[in-house]
Order: sequence, then C-alpha cells, then structure tokens
Amino acid sequence: MPGEILLEARALSKAYSVSTGAFTQSARRALAVDGVSFTLERGETLGIVGESGCGKTTLARMLMRLVEPDSGEILFRGEDWLGARGAKLRSLRRRMQMVFQDPIASLNPRMQVGSIVAEPLAIHEPQLSGEQRSARTAEILEAVGMGRDAVTRYPHEFSGGQRQRIGIARALILRPELVIADEPVSALDVSVGAQILELLARLQREFSLTLMLISHSLPVVAQLASRVAVMQTGRIVEIGTAEQVLQAPQHAYTQALLAAVPEIPE
Amino acid sequence: MATSLGVRGLTVELPTPGGWVRPVNDVSFTLGEGETLGIVGESGSGKTMLSLALMGLEPHGARHTGEAWLKLRAGSENGGVRNARRENLLAISQHEMRELRGREIAMIFQEPMTALNPVLRIGAQVEEAIRVHEPRAGESEIHRRALEALERAALSDPARRARQYPHQLSGGLRQRVMIAMALAAGPAVLIADEPTTALDVTVQKQILELLAKLRRELQLSMLFITHDLGVVAQVAARVAVMYAGRIVEVGPVEEVLRAPRHPYTEGLLRAAPRLTREKLVPIPGTVPSLEALPPGCAFAPRCPHHVEECDAAVPEFRAVNKNHEARCILVS
Repeated sequence: MPGEILLEARALSKAYSVSTGAFTQSARRALAVDGVSFTLERGETLGIVGESGCGKTTLARMLMRLVEPDSGEILFRGEDWLGARGAKLRSLRRRMQMVFQDPIASLNPRMQVGSIVAEPLAIHEPQLSGEQRSARTAEILEAVGMGRDAVTRYPHEFSGGQRQRIGIARALILRPELVIADEPVSALDVSVGAQILELLARLQREFSLTLMLISHSLPVVAQLASRVAVMQTGRIVEIGTAEQVLQAPQHAYTQALLAAVPEIPE
Repeated sequence: MATSLGVRGLTVELPTPGGWVRPVNDVSFTLGEGETLGIVGESGSGKTMLSLALMGLEPHGARHTGEAWLKLRAGSENGGVRNARRENLLAISQHEMRELRGREIAMIFQEPMTALNPVLRIGAQVEEAIRVHEPRAGESEIHRRALEALERAALSDPARRARQYPHQLSGGLRQRVMIAMALAAGPAVLIADEPTTALDVTVQKQILELLAKLRRELQLSMLFITHDLGVVAQVAARVAVMYAGRIVEVGPVEEVLRAPRHPYTEGLLRAAPRLTREKLVPIPGTVPSLEALPPGCAFAPRCPHHVEECDAAVPEFRAVNKNHEARCILVS
C-alpha cells in the first residue's frame, strides 16, 4: 500500500556560474542539480548518497528554500512550497527542519544552549509564556539525551557529539514532519557517530519523522535509510529500496561506489 | 623481517595551565622493513602527535622521552658526520633531523593543500624537495628526477602537471603530488597521516592502491595513521589501536579486527557502520580529557566489562599469542 506523499520534487535544477578566468567576461554555467525528481513518503527515511560536487547539498538547500532553484517544482504536503508566501510560508516552514554537518559552526557561540534550542519557538510560537517555552526546551533536550543543566551552558562547553544533539534538539523543538540531515555524523568520531545515528533512528520512531539523510558514506546511509538515491554530477542515477541499491546495484556508478568502500573484515 | 623503525617508551608531554599532559604515553612498537603498520584511533588518541614527534615536528613547548631508532639506508653514511647505521630520532638536533627528513623518513598529511605552497608551480616544489638533499646535483638532473617522481605517483602527463599550481588540481591529484614530493628523495620510511580522509571514496581507493604499489616497488616501510577500520584492513598487515595516548592493542590486522581482545577495539568495531545494516552499538560516554585521566585503564569508565581491578593501575600488555597483545586484565 503506497503511503501518503509528504514531499515531491519535480525536475529541480540549479546552475551556478563558474568563472573561467580572472578577466573572462562570459562565465560558464555549471549545473549543480540537473532535473532531479523524487517523492518522499511520510515516515520513510530516504538516503541521498554521492561524492563531493554531486549536488546533494544544493538539493537539500533547495528543499529547505535556502537556495532558489532555477526551474522545477516542490510540493510539500500537497502545496506549492516554492510559491508559498507570508503566513502559508511560515506554517509550512516550521514543518521542515535541517540538521547540519558541523555542529560547531551552526550554533551561536554567544548564546546559552537553552536560548539556542528555544529560538525557533520564539519565532514560530511567540504566544508561549516563558514557562511554557522552558518546559518545551527541557523536554526536547531530554529527548536527545542531554541533561537539564545544559540550558544555561554555552556550546563550547560540549563535545562534538553533544553539540550535534543540541542541533538536533533545535531542529525538533517545533515538532517538524520532515527533517533533512546533511552529513550529520561526518565530523564525528566513529563511537560518537554511532550514538547520533542511533538517536536519529529512535527520534524518527518517537516523533513519527520523515527523514532525508544526506551523506557521502554508503555505510552510514545503510544504517538508517529505507530507500536510497545515488547522485552523480547533479542527477539521481539510481533510486530504490535500500536493499535493492546496496545489494543489487544496477547503475555502474553505484557499483563503483560500493566497490570502493573499504570493508571491515567480518 | 629487519626492523626499520623501533620505538621504545615514547612519551610526549604538552604544557597546559593545569600542568603537563601526555598526548602520547609510553608508546612502543616496531615497524619492519617493507611492512605497513596501521595506527588506529579516534580524535584525542594521540596518533597524530605520535607521528609529529617521530618527524621532529612537535608543537612549540612540547617535550618528549623515549627512543625511536631509525635504520638508515645503506650508503647514506657519509664520512664522519653519521657513521651509525641507526639514528635515534628523539635524540638528534633539529639540524640533524632536517637532514633526515625527506631523505630517510617522510610524511604525508590529510590535507595536501596546507602542505603545498599555493604560489609555486608543482614542479618547482618537487624539485626543491630533491635539491635540499642533493646540493651537488645539477639543475637538469633535478628537473629530470622531479618528473620521475611525479610519474611514479601516477600523475598523467607529468611535464604538464609540473607547470601547474596546486589550486588547479583536484584533491586526489594534490595528494599524488604530496606523495611524489615525500618520496622524491628516496626515503625508506613513510608516515601517512589520514592521507585519504578528505577524499571521495572512489579517489581514496586509487590513492590506497597507489600507496600499496609504491610500498612494494620501493620496499617502503609505512606507518599508516587512520580512524577508519576498513582502510586499515586494506592497507596494513599489523595494526596498533590507540586510546588516550596509549597503544591498547596490537596484532595482525585480520586477527585484531575479527577477534579483538581489548574492549575499546571491540567497541569501535561494533560502532562502525558497515554496508549491511546491523544494530550499531555506540560506545557510551566520551574520551576522557588528558587533564583528568582515570587512575587505571583510561577506557574503564566506558567499558562494559569494568571491574574494580581496572582502576588500580594502568594494565600492562598481556599476550594473546606471540603476535597479538592487549592492555587489558581480561586477557589471560
């Protein structure tokens, strides 16, 4: 039984100009994302995997509307997401949140963790009392495995893994439906990365999240994804269930990627 | 197998406001001629500081104890200055170290861009690496050898590459240039510190294959530092696992990865994502701060097998068999 479509991308494209030399007038246009279409079902985890420059981060940024596509459409909850303005934009935006690779760069160093995590509430739910906001903050920090005392501390007092937990808490405090995680464990050590992957899997169940996991690492994607899309030079070259793509890859590039993964002896 | 590099009791200390800390703590290992020894560890394990200490590149203010005997290439003893066939890297002067660096022992890094001069052409940089050690060689000879070095690192069209600047090359090509430079003066030992970590997985594969080929052809002894258990399985014959400054387990790579005997190694293996989905078991907690190491085994606070005895003293190495040992009281 096909599930409800939460998000649909249709023929998304984005080109960047590449200057060909210091004194050249005419810049070349390079397609970062080239006609990408896919659907995201509610509750699934779609892994997007590819090497540097394949367009996976540009794609994520377009889905978040941090970058405007040159062409294409995005339907989010059946509505025209790229055309949304004003109140409609705000009501859709809060349902889609992002977790970034670098938890250090994405947290304001001069804000206390409590304020960082509660900031989206101040924007999207300004009617909440201070007490209600504190309660929601404490609740979400607990859900990501952080103690209450984190509220009054600063990002630099935490390890990389804890900072990633804080970033996840901030992404989840509005109870979004879709979370886009862009390389969430790439900057972390293996032992800590496993904690974060496990946390994402648990939160997905607890909060009924739809998850898009973007990573350069097939083994990381293999841990969480129910479906996998492989990107190469701006295009999705293969998409299917995780099992199909990882066990029986059809595209030569997917096969090459899989063959290049250095495997740990069993 | 003759020993190429023998390290005994290497400790590196750094000053902090709270006193001296030991990023490298009583590390001993031997690297055989033509062998690749993998050093595996997470951030803070001391693996990078270990390699910097061996290269005489520790940060300002650091101090060290211990020995690191490097076997010099045959024929490199010239006259009165250095007759010994072995040199203790930790006891020689900065000047003597400069003589050895590049000619006897060389290093490549994770990010080649930071090690290359952005405003010098590739060829000039490789030539410089040769000229330092061959002051009497003529310019045409040096030029020829630089092109040979680039070719050896499998750079296509070396003459054209030599005229390019670092920013014109991809990350993988820059790493090939670094390898060419490191090997240009013919060292017998190469320290590779996460040389493929910043690269895409398909490029990583090419660089690992290149290093394996060069190791065979040049009989290189290689110390390969990485956080990646899959990479170490591919390049190394033996592996040493580091935690909080110490080697906690060492042995043949297949054996250590298939049947780890230190709980930290075991934990790393269970936390590492593989292509098949299995339940990852994270290691709880975090690496202890070097300023507040536990009195006994540094892994004890995170160890599922922790018993009281673990806190009494740092466990000595215990032999699993004659090639495999671990610093854990559970090994009997």
